[in-house]
Amino acid sequence: MSEKNIGNLREYTVSELSGAVKRTIEDTFGLVRVKGELGRVTRAASGHVYLDLKDEKAVISGVMWKGMAARLAIKPEQGMEVVATGRMSTFPGQSRYQLIIDSLEPAGVGALMALFEERKKKLAAEGLFAPERKRPLPFLPKVIGVVTSPSGAVIRDILHRLRERFPRHVIVWPTLVQGRGAEEKIVEAIRGFNALRPGGDIPRPDVLIVARGGGSLEDLWCFNEEMVARAAAASEIPLISAVGHETDTTLIDYASDKRAPTPTAAAEFAVPVRAELLAEVLNKERRFTGAVTRMFETRRSALVSAARGLGRPEDILGAATQRLDRASDRLRSGLRGRLDTALTALARASGRLTPGLLAAGFGQREHKIGVLWSRIETRTERIVADRGSRLQASARMLAAVSYESVLERGFALVRAKDGTLLRRAGDAAEGAGGEIQFADGVRAVHFDGAAPSKSPKSPAKSASQKETPKPDEAGKPRQPRLFD
Amino acid sequence: MAKAPTKTPADIAELSFEKALAELEEIVAKLESGQAALEESIKLYERGAALKAHCETTLKSAQEKIEKIVVDGDGKPKTEKADFE
Repeated sequence: MSEKNIGNLREYTVSELSGAVKRTIEDTFGLVRVKGELGRVTRAASGHVYLDLKDEKAVISGVMWKGMAARLAIKPEQGMEVVATGRMSTFPGQSRYQLIIDSLEPAGVGALMALFEERKKKLAAEGLFAPERKRPLPFLPKVIGVVTSPSGAVIRDILHRLRERFPRHVIVWPTLVQGRGAEEKIVEAIRGFNALRPGGDIPRPDVLIVARGGGSLEDLWCFNEEMVARAAAASEIPLISAVGHETDTTLIDYASDKRAPTPTAAAEFAVPVRAELLAEVLNKERRFTGAVTRMFETRRSALVSAARGLGRPEDILGAATQRLDRASDRLRSGLRGRLDTALTALARASGRLTPGLLAAGFGQREHKIGVLWSRIETRTERIVADRGSRLQASARMLAAVSYESVLERGFALVRAKDGTLLRRAGDAAEGAGGEIQFADGVRAVHFDGAAPSKSPKSPAKSASQKETPKPDEAGKPRQPRLFD
Repeated sequence: MAKAPTKTPADIAELSFEKALAELEEIVAKLESGQAALEESIKLYERGAALKAHCETTLKSAQEKIEKIVVDGDGKPKTEKADFE
């Protein structure tokens, strides 16, 4: 370069040059599509998303403003092959340039499928799709919750098929089924249904259907979002997924309890056919009624043939009756024979039993009794007379010795006041009262003078005892002789 | 013979359709086998009739009701009648 040339060069300030570069870049790259792999992806608190687009040799920083980022159908993730659309701009403060991205889409089906496979592997490794996690669908749900778009054919198809099979109470939770924010809405609806408590204002569904009609892989992509798969797996209410057509398989299909190929098929899984059930119940009723009828029939005929086997009562009793008859005949004749024998024996015995036999004995015995009787009479009279005279003598003797007759002879009985006999002078105390019984009466007396002392009295007593036989000699010595 | 008993035993009224149908099937099988004693089979018959009546009642109560969820300002869901035709 020549000096002249150098001298002609316009001199910029840093800001002027920076501004010029900015203009040049923005003018030249006002709208570009760039394909690359996503490097670092950062979602700032502000909601803007910062990311790097790269290939083997170069890196371009990119930014997606909050509003655009929220509208993304597919969340940007590191390693994702994408095609970004936007414009290039610079960041003059740091001498940097970046791509301001308006839209970001996966770079073709292959890239999306790779992402799908990767997520599927990850969730499967967590056991989210394990068969043992799957709950059986209720046989006949009372309430069915449907998570889908309120517009479109899907909800109509489901309702139509339910009505055909078994009209039920259906609660639809309207959601987005594609595009930005759809996955959040779907998760909200699944969680919302699960949050309903039995017996609440809104009846809790017995089964859920999450459905969407057919579409491109990108259209169905929200059903491949991890949060949707997790919400479906976590649902306490058994969940049927029906997304797209039969050939479309999304992550929610792996996480759900039952995958239906189409929304219509989901309705078929949800309820049985009422008409078939009615027929089945009626058929069962016919069968058990028939079985009971047959059972009675069988038993009846068994009873009849058993009764036949028993035979007629006369046949069974006949032989026994005959035996009885014969026995009673023999009994009668036997009895008569025995009676005859007895009568003959009696007649023979009574023939020998004549009054003459007795009369002979009677005469002898009568005479003997008479003789004995007269002897008894004689002896008795003698004994009575003898005893009578001895009784009189005794009575005389008794009168002679009784104390009354002694009193007649001038003796008297001295008694104390209580009537006890006073035999000794010492028996009555001085001044004591008493009585004297004479032969003709009793007089009261009063004892004067002291009773004789005990010691002189003792010899007197023995003396009087020695003398005792004396007064008794009058009668007693004679008594032994009296009863000789 | 197909008359249902006038009242359904409490335990049957509690049964789900599926359980009632399964028990009905069991009873049918038992009766058809002819193994049950006469007395028992009468009891089985009565129970079968009650189960059948219960199943029929459940099947008759098929009534369509369609609602949709509307989330209010507080984020609380409500239902309202809906028509998706």
